[in-house]
Amino acid sequence: MTFISDQQPEPELNIKLQVNGQPVHAQVSVRQHLGDFLRESQGFKGTHIGCEHGVCGACTVRVDGRAVRSCLTLAVQADAAQVFTIEGLSDDLVVRALQDSFVSCHAMQCGFCTAGMLLTAAELLQTQLEPSREEVREYLSGNYCRCTGYESIVNAVMDAAQTLRKARGEER
Amino acid sequence: MKSAELTSLHTHTYTLTLEGIGAAVPRVGAKRLVQGQARYCDDIELPRMVHVCFLRSPYAHARILSVDTKAARAMPGVVSVLTGADLREHCEPFLGVLNHLPGMVSAPQWPLALNTARWQGEPVVMIAAQTRAQAEDALALVEVDWEPLEPVVDPEAALAQDATAIHPELEKANLAYEARVDRGDYAGEVARSAVSVSLNISTTRVTAVTLEPRGVVADWDSGREELTVWMGTQVPHMMQSVLAKHLRLAENRVRVVGMETGGSFGLKIHTYPDEFAAVMLSRLLSRPVKFMADRLESFSSDVHARAHTARVEIAVSPDLQIRAFGVDGLLGIGAYSKHPRGSVNEVRHVVNLLGAPYQFAALHAHVRVAFQNKTPYGMYRGVGHPIVCLLTEMAVECAARKLKVDPVEFRFQNYRADSDYPAELLSGTKLEALSHEACLRKLVSLMDYPALRQAQAKALTEGRYQGIGFATFVENSNHGSATYGRGGAPIAANDGCTVRLQVDGTVLCTSGATDTGQGTETALTQIVAHTLDLPLSDVRMQLGDTAAAPVSGGNWGSRGTGVAGEAALQASLALKEEVLRCASVLWEVPQDRIRLQGKQLLDVLGGQVLGTLAQLCQAAYVRPDLFKSGPVPQLAVTRFYAQREYDGGIYTNGVQASWVEVDVRTGCVRLLKHWIVDDCGVVINPALADEQLRGAVVQGIGQALLEGCLYDDQGQLMNATMAEYLTPMAGEMPDICVGHVVTPTQSSELGAKGVAEAGITGAIAAVVNAVNDALFPLNGQVTDLPVTPDRILKAIGVIH
Repeated sequence: MTFISDQQPEPELNIKLQVNGQPVHAQVSVRQHLGDFLRESQGFKGTHIGCEHGVCGACTVRVDGRAVRSCLTLAVQADAAQVFTIEGLSDDLVVRALQDSFVSCHAMQCGFCTAGMLLTAAELLQTQLEPSREEVREYLSGNYCRCTGYESIVNAVMDAAQTLRKARGEER
Repeated sequence: MKSAELTSLHTHTYTLTLEGIGAAVPRVGAKRLVQGQARYCDDIELPRMVHVCFLRSPYAHARILSVDTKAARAMPGVVSVLTGADLREHCEPFLGVLNHLPGMVSAPQWPLALNTARWQGEPVVMIAAQTRAQAEDALALVEVDWEPLEPVVDPEAALAQDATAIHPELEKANLAYEARVDRGDYAGEVARSAVSVSLNISTTRVTAVTLEPRGVVADWDSGREELTVWMGTQVPHMMQSVLAKHLRLAENRVRVVGMETGGSFGLKIHTYPDEFAAVMLSRLLSRPVKFMADRLESFSSDVHARAHTARVEIAVSPDLQIRAFGVDGLLGIGAYSKHPRGSVNEVRHVVNLLGAPYQFAALHAHVRVAFQNKTPYGMYRGVGHPIVCLLTEMAVECAARKLKVDPVEFRFQNYRADSDYPAELLSGTKLEALSHEACLRKLVSLMDYPALRQAQAKALTEGRYQGIGFATFVENSNHGSATYGRGGAPIAANDGCTVRLQVDGTVLCTSGATDTGQGTETALTQIVAHTLDLPLSDVRMQLGDTAAAPVSGGNWGSRGTGVAGEAALQASLALKEEVLRCASVLWEVPQDRIRLQGKQLLDVLGGQVLGTLAQLCQAAYVRPDLFKSGPVPQLAVTRFYAQREYDGGIYTNGVQASWVEVDVRTGCVRLLKHWIVDDCGVVINPALADEQLRGAVVQGIGQALLEGCLYDDQGQLMNATMAEYLTPMAGEMPDICVGHVVTPTQSSELGAKGVAEAGITGAIAAVVNAVNDALFPLNGQVTDLPVTPDRILKAIGVIH
């Protein structure tokens, strides 16, 4: 809980960043986390808030190329950063391949964890295109899914990795 | 007779694509989920909307002496601060009692506690502000003068003579319900048996932990005097009835819109006081109100479930026949029985279904239910079925071990034969058609059981303790009115679906079913597309909006596909009939010669194309003058379906097996593999059905090994974060092999039973049995859940 003494205005700061490739200038409350900033002031509702204590991974976004929990990052920390949410990543080759595989492998049910899963899996596939199932499971261990039991998600990531390998002509 | 009809349904000429009944197509609308386009309750923003938060009781039991809200009201952005007394005159209280369960009681519950708080987390004061952050700031300035009362935490202590009464107005202090079934000569059977085994089994309270917390957005239109409520819910029509009754509105003035829902699992089918208070506030303020629970609020106010202690007994004759099952059980359901379904359904399943897969002569079942100062208890996927499966199947495996007989062989010897259905259990429960023998045969072959036992024996010679555990389960689905309606709860057991043709020949359907991830929308779309021989893309199924859909029971109890799906089937069959009639009039060909196939109407005599479905619809709507005889074209049909043949529901069944390895130095359990063979009747979408089973199995594994709401002796929930309440994660879960046996229900033309709960129902027992099989060479046995490393190490004497 946040305590603010009587009647004092909320402290705010100006930040300048890029959100999904577009420049954003904003005045933000210093206590607002990045997830709330993206959802409430930028309207990117594809980022989901699940626990607000950094455990479930549903709020994962991409900040300067890394998968980051937007509930553990203050909006002011994203000053000067390149931030991407799932809405801005459908043209990303890796994310697109994962999205297609998630659909064909039935790797989501309620969909609440899906954006976080995709962004975390994309981070893995950016550096490792031949992961084992165990590596995929390990990499996704910080992202909770209460619906699928994970097997279909692992299948989807393996499937996307294969698609990407083929696309790079590394497989005959 | 029915199977012939089924055959015709399933061999129906389906020409366009392979998307109909039985096709493993991807989820309808899956793309919007992966693109972040799906809209959940928290995504709604409305003009002038205020956000609420709640001051919740920090005590499990306390009198509220006074509440001072003055300082909070003066905070920036605050719009209103309300207490229970402020809301009291504007609503009717909730009573979570089912009238058809003799002796069941509860006390009236108000949206905000009136004079006494009865669980830690009970909402006491509601604050509305322009932002949630401002509401929380103000909340810190509300001053409550509490008088802590003796908390009643342990259910056994709650039923003691001198226990503090949680609801002094109730006759028997803290006894909410008591169920008893005695059939046959139980004492005699136990006395005559060769082996009787009794086990003391306990399970820990769990909660569903939906990734999306509960939430509601309410908007009262004071001009029209209409209320619109958006929520992540499984039961829009039930909520419509509840809100209307308790806010004293007509149901046609209350619209509930079921949003995309981030997991439900039974958690989102109840009346929650905080949600109700937020809806009331919209009416009081005449402006939109949003409430979204945060994770702490979720843990302390979402329903909890499955906290049983039970002594279970099994008696077996010298010829290895089970003769009797018995249980004496107790559970604590928190401070109130949950409205409107009540909190005692787990008990109904335990007493009615103990030993359900088996043939035996005597049954004793007695379970007591106590109020206690904990979070109210409710439904969680499978409700009591996982508990009764655990009790039954732990006893069965324990007896098999004691008798030195293989657990698979023991089950084959004692199952009620597949050919002996329909059957009535000793408890009176009626089972339509189960297939335990066929399922176990398939399971044993899928897992290559003899080879697995050899691998287990070899591992043991290497000092590795592996175990194989089984669980046979039954699971209710396609409920009749005996579950709730007969007890007075406003929950439809009769579901409607409307199927209508548009001018261009595409189909728009509405159903009161909901899809919180299960795939109901896809299954219903496939059923309509199949019947009308259309591609899936020509059928749009709109779910869960009470302003659009006919009354329905919603999704719970594995009923979506079986019940709402049958309504969709009947509506589309009737629509097809009308299409053929209209075509006959329009093109002057006898109706029995016309076939609807691939968006066209054909004359089967010669195969000539009469016209397209689009041409027919166009004519029906804009050139009705062309239909010179008979009624005006009626290209929209609503049909209702209620499963009335088995009032207690249509039971599904199956069997699961778990293969584990226990590290006897650390007590850690490694899950090597899991198998499930399920019989849910006709499978509409095999891929989505399998995913339902897998996801539910993993939730069961969670309860077996990890999960539990841990309370201290003052009734404080100690692990209300996702870091401390452990749920299964990707790294530790096994791959799950799924098989099916198909015994269609004869109670519907579709033949589908439910599939959403079967996985969790057998998984808990299978995993616990596997662990105990692994510990058997060390004479260890764990009977308290979750089976944590420390419990395992204690069971084998490594720690004390």
